[in-house]
Amino acid sequence: MSIASEVIDWFTEQSHWRGTFGVPHRLREHLYLAGASLGAAFVLTFPLAVWLGHRRKGAFLAVNVANIGRAIPSLAILLLAVQWLGLKEWPVVGSVTAWMALTALALAPILTNTYIGLRDVPDAVRESAAAMGMTGWQQALKVELPLALPLALAGLRTAAVQVVATATLAAPVGAGGLGRFIVDGLAVRDFATVVAGAILVAALAIVVDTLFALTGCRLLRHRAE
Amino acid sequence: MLGASKSSWLDWKWIGDNLQLIRSTLGEHLILTGLTLLLGVAVAVPVALASRRWRWLYPPVTSVAGILYTIPSLAAYALLIPYTGLGSRTTTVVPLVTYTLLILVRNIVTGLDQVPGPAREAAEAMGYSPRRLLVRVELPLALPAILAGLRLAAVTTVGLATVASLVGSKNLGWLMLFPGFQQGRRTPILVGAVLAVLLAAAIDAVFLAIERLASPWRRADGGQRRRVEPRAAA
Repeated sequence: MSIASEVIDWFTEQSHWRGTFGVPHRLREHLYLAGASLGAAFVLTFPLAVWLGHRRKGAFLAVNVANIGRAIPSLAILLLAVQWLGLKEWPVVGSVTAWMALTALALAPILTNTYIGLRDVPDAVRESAAAMGMTGWQQALKVELPLALPLALAGLRTAAVQVVATATLAAPVGAGGLGRFIVDGLAVRDFATVVAGAILVAALAIVVDTLFALTGCRLLRHRAE
Repeated sequence: MLGASKSSWLDWKWIGDNLQLIRSTLGEHLILTGLTLLLGVAVAVPVALASRRWRWLYPPVTSVAGILYTIPSLAAYALLIPYTGLGSRTTTVVPLVTYTLLILVRNIVTGLDQVPGPAREAAEAMGYSPRRLLVRVELPLALPAILAGLRLAAVTTVGLATVASLVGSKNLGWLMLFPGFQQGRRTPILVGAVLAVLLAAAIDAVFLAIERLASPWRRADGGQRRRVEPRAAA
């Protein structure tokens, strides 16, 4: 039997869609872990990035967080974190350690893009806002932030795709998620399960990327009208 | 087996006993990265030149490269296993090459587009043929942008290659995962991670040196360091 038909059989097999080892449960684990990481990274970084961008200070921080984040392999971050702290299972996120590692990964794109977006708002715009009597906070939130939105959203999108992709690597360190199908399939050389898992993971990443792209388009079109 | 163990982070005896293993995984990692960058350039340059000649090609090319870029690396390796086998170099290098395409094609096209019009016109007025214009004027002027793309591609490749250890590639990721994580030993994880970062930094430094050697006109300001600018993710 060819691998393609084996994979089709895998997807049509009822038992693969039920229970703890079923697709819906694994998808939920994956989305909860990725969503919680993106949320935490946003809450931690966004206000800081807005403030730094408004003050036009801290380029050093924005550059270095981004570069260090890129240089350390995400697999290494996960392995080191789990070796150091253990998995620490929790409700919703699954593994606290994986959650923290993925949060760290999502910080850089949100920080850098939001920072640059606000920092690069033209002086003329800032001066007009000041001349209209706006306070610093009003300038930042009512003028600079809306103008920085396209870049900030692009950063959020990058972070989201990265987190969804790297959540797959939570499986080899012992947590759940869609990566389990790949890892468990590899362990017993069951390549139909491996490929089915890979298709699920790839599809999820592409869907998340597209959703963020469409949301960005809608938000921006709405503003242009 | 899984979870925190109390083994030492830096067990010099383990390192001493396993120097051969560490060297071979580092070597494999370097080979994988080198192959990926070579093949990436070999594919990206013609694609970039084609999408500059036929502009309508550029949007679909970047969308396809963007979709390929979105696919998580473990999924990409896993998808190839039935065709290229577990543990083969092809299984590792093919996805890695596809990840470099988006970065490389975009940087080559942007770099070539940024060549000042007067430079191009001067060469044309001097009777340069289109090919000579490309090789002697446009590519050298676009080199900093192209090398910036290569540097980013190299760092990404070093990181993503570690994941291929899950499908049997014996690179630095394998060192972290099997003698390290699965055996509850911390030292190999740390050694693998540190060597991966150092490898990325070393490749980065090499490209930076090439950039400085290949574009002497950028040093006309007396070698003053350019300001480091944060780069936005697109």
